[in-house]
Amino acid sequence: MKILVGVKRVVDHNVKVRVKADGSAVDLDNLKMAINPFDEIAVEAAVRLKEAGIASEVVVVSIGPEKAQDTLRQALAMGADRAILVPYAGLSEPLAVAKTLKALVAKEAAQLVMLGKQAIDDDCNQTGQMLAALLDWPQGTFASELKVADGQVEVVREIDGGLETIALALPAVVSVDLRLNEPRFASLPSIMKAKKKPLEQVTAEELGVDLSPRLELLSAVEPPVRQAGGVLVATAAELVAKLKTEAAVL
Amino acid sequence: MSQTARESMEFDVVIVGAGPAGLSAACKLMQQAEAAGQELSVCVVEKGSEVGAHILSGAILETRALDELFPDWAERGAPLNTPVTQDQILLLHNQQRALKLPNWMVPKTLHNEGNYIISLGNLCRWLAEQAEALGVEIFPGFAASEVLYREDGSVKGIATGDMGVGRNGEANDSYMPGMELHTKYTLFAEGCRGHLGKELYQRFALDRDADCQHYGLGIKELWDIEPSKHSPGLVLHGTGWPLSDGTSGGFFLYHGDNNQVVAGLIVDLNYSNPHLSPFDEFQRLKHHPALAQYLEGGKRVAYGARAIAKGGFNALPKMTFPGGLLIGCNAGTLNFAKIKGTHTAMKSGLLAAEAVFEALRQGDSGGNELLAYSERFKASWLYEELHSSRNFGPALHKFGQVLGGAFNFIDQNLFGGKLPIRLRDNVPDHAQMKQAALCPRIVYPKPDGVLSFDKLSSVFLSNTNHVEDQPCHLQLLDPDVPMQHNLPRFHEPAQRYCPAGVYEVIQEEAGKRLQINAQNCLHCKTCDIKDPAQNIRWIAPEGGGGPSYPNM
Repeated sequence: MKILVGVKRVVDHNVKVRVKADGSAVDLDNLKMAINPFDEIAVEAAVRLKEAGIASEVVVVSIGPEKAQDTLRQALAMGADRAILVPYAGLSEPLAVAKTLKALVAKEAAQLVMLGKQAIDDDCNQTGQMLAALLDWPQGTFASELKVADGQVEVVREIDGGLETIALALPAVVSVDLRLNEPRFASLPSIMKAKKKPLEQVTAEELGVDLSPRLELLSAVEPPVRQAGGVLVATAAELVAKLKTEAAVL
Repeated sequence: MSQTARESMEFDVVIVGAGPAGLSAACKLMQQAEAAGQELSVCVVEKGSEVGAHILSGAILETRALDELFPDWAERGAPLNTPVTQDQILLLHNQQRALKLPNWMVPKTLHNEGNYIISLGNLCRWLAEQAEALGVEIFPGFAASEVLYREDGSVKGIATGDMGVGRNGEANDSYMPGMELHTKYTLFAEGCRGHLGKELYQRFALDRDADCQHYGLGIKELWDIEPSKHSPGLVLHGTGWPLSDGTSGGFFLYHGDNNQVVAGLIVDLNYSNPHLSPFDEFQRLKHHPALAQYLEGGKRVAYGARAIAKGGFNALPKMTFPGGLLIGCNAGTLNFAKIKGTHTAMKSGLLAAEAVFEALRQGDSGGNELLAYSERFKASWLYEELHSSRNFGPALHKFGQVLGGAFNFIDQNLFGGKLPIRLRDNVPDHAQMKQAALCPRIVYPKPDGVLSFDKLSSVFLSNTNHVEDQPCHLQLLDPDVPMQHNLPRFHEPAQRYCPAGVYEVIQEEAGKRLQINAQNCLHCKTCDIKDPAQNIRWIAPEGGGGPSYPNM
């Protein structure tokens, strides 16, 4: 069984982003970028399936800038076998990504696609669902446990108020949640080996996919600054006065 | 977690730290190997999560060393975007008034024509790209935690730290043992007060013939300012208010590109009043009209702090020992008279690369003491430059800012640093602290949240993170010292000199105790330097932890 794993290059989760002075977008200049943490969990899950002898090959895919090669190399260092980059300099939208993945599923004849439940930059949480619909495959989203046996995937899903266990017939799409696993650290030798693993570039044109945006970013604004929690008063009389005059609740 | 379980890898040269010194050395090694048609394996380990994440500097760059390394740096897209257009030096009398020093009175070393205002972090990111293109293996996120020695006592390499160790010292699920990197020569380029360098100083008595090192704590912020107030290339340096009582230091404000300015204060760590808080000095400094005129209406976007080694020539240790070399600020090559350390750190890396490559080309199998490095150093412009600035810092320490400044003017402008005297300053910074009861308390104004801020909101802007479940990387040699020695005598100064609020004295029912919030640590090393009892030992936390500075 071949597994295709989607990974996105996003701003590192430790970095506090800010909006550009002109309000046109979030400023990403020279910020630390990293593999989307949910995608990292998906890579870990896929690699574990390979180590357990269930998967035959793990192929990681990214749609993004040239620098996304670093992200793919990181996934290769964790144990993926090879990587595909679909170069795209703009902001990738879920539908375009889903269509690209669909084309790659056909090209690679993958039986299982694994993805993070969402990317931490745009928080869309749409790609997995859209891909399943486009492929007309069953989907198991928000996976916190995963078993693959006898042509079936058993997924424990994190849903509102509890857990739901479903069985999917392969081929299928699975999007993973935080509790599925704790990704491994890549060791120095595996990072060096990863540099020699195959990383292929396939253009959107070759796949017959149009990546151009369908959404227009009108403006970006920072969340309003929270007001200080309270005022320290010296006496009860002052408190009563303030409640009457400033808060106007008495 | 026995150490026998560690695997090892072999490299010709291992470099600790991806800063200007380490990356310059790496590039130069590969350039020479390429020119000689020789195979060479060079590896750089870096504790930051990426190259540049832990780099913090003013910074004004003198391009001399960069010109030597990459004469075509402009075509290669080096991030030197803002040439210095104007130098101003200000003496702040009080919180309102300032005197602008006429140009002719400025020591020559503080003229910046031909230099560039840069982000050193971005320069290092660029240098790392050049190094990788030349075939250097760079491993960010891996902290060198241990020096390895051969049986004959020479340095054999380093070991990276274990990953996935819990607070209690037990391995957790993601545990990955550290890796031994064995090598012919190890270049230590950890920056000021590197923790492995500290061990090497002791083991090989490297500073036996040197004056003691002196340090400053640099605190820096990056601001977006109103475009109408921005004049790219304007460089402001100054001193005076709010530092007083013999505390020396200086501030800077540089107008870079993108409508941004960097502002910072360097407080010399030989200050004696334990009530002093470098962080709060900087916060109130920003209210001075000389700085506020630019910052008002702007927005602070980044914050960070780092100790600098400013002892200069007199404090330079022996930089060679069997199997390795000390380079850059790990040795203390900063030129304090110019307040610049990048070109000197880079040059020391270039010299080290030349010495190491020459040895390897002649079939050296490693582990020797590369005295050729000392010879190259002595014959270089770096030596000449540091030698001519040797009295600058000591003069300020000894004679104070005014007389010391006058001495420096005479020495640097009239005699080119060649006055045949050697001022010395041999009291270590940590021994300068006076008892709290004998010193005036300093009451700092409350931050206004516009120009000045508190420590926590500042640390927030440094993107600092450490995996929570790991052993504390700030070790107390004697856990009783803070409360029994430092608190009564010095009112535990760590609460104030730490620019990240790592150290807090907490009152509990059982009494007071020192709480160490290690996850806030900016890796500035001030506690390791300034603790009056020398009781705090900074060791490398799990790789990847620490600040994530953008554009610093």
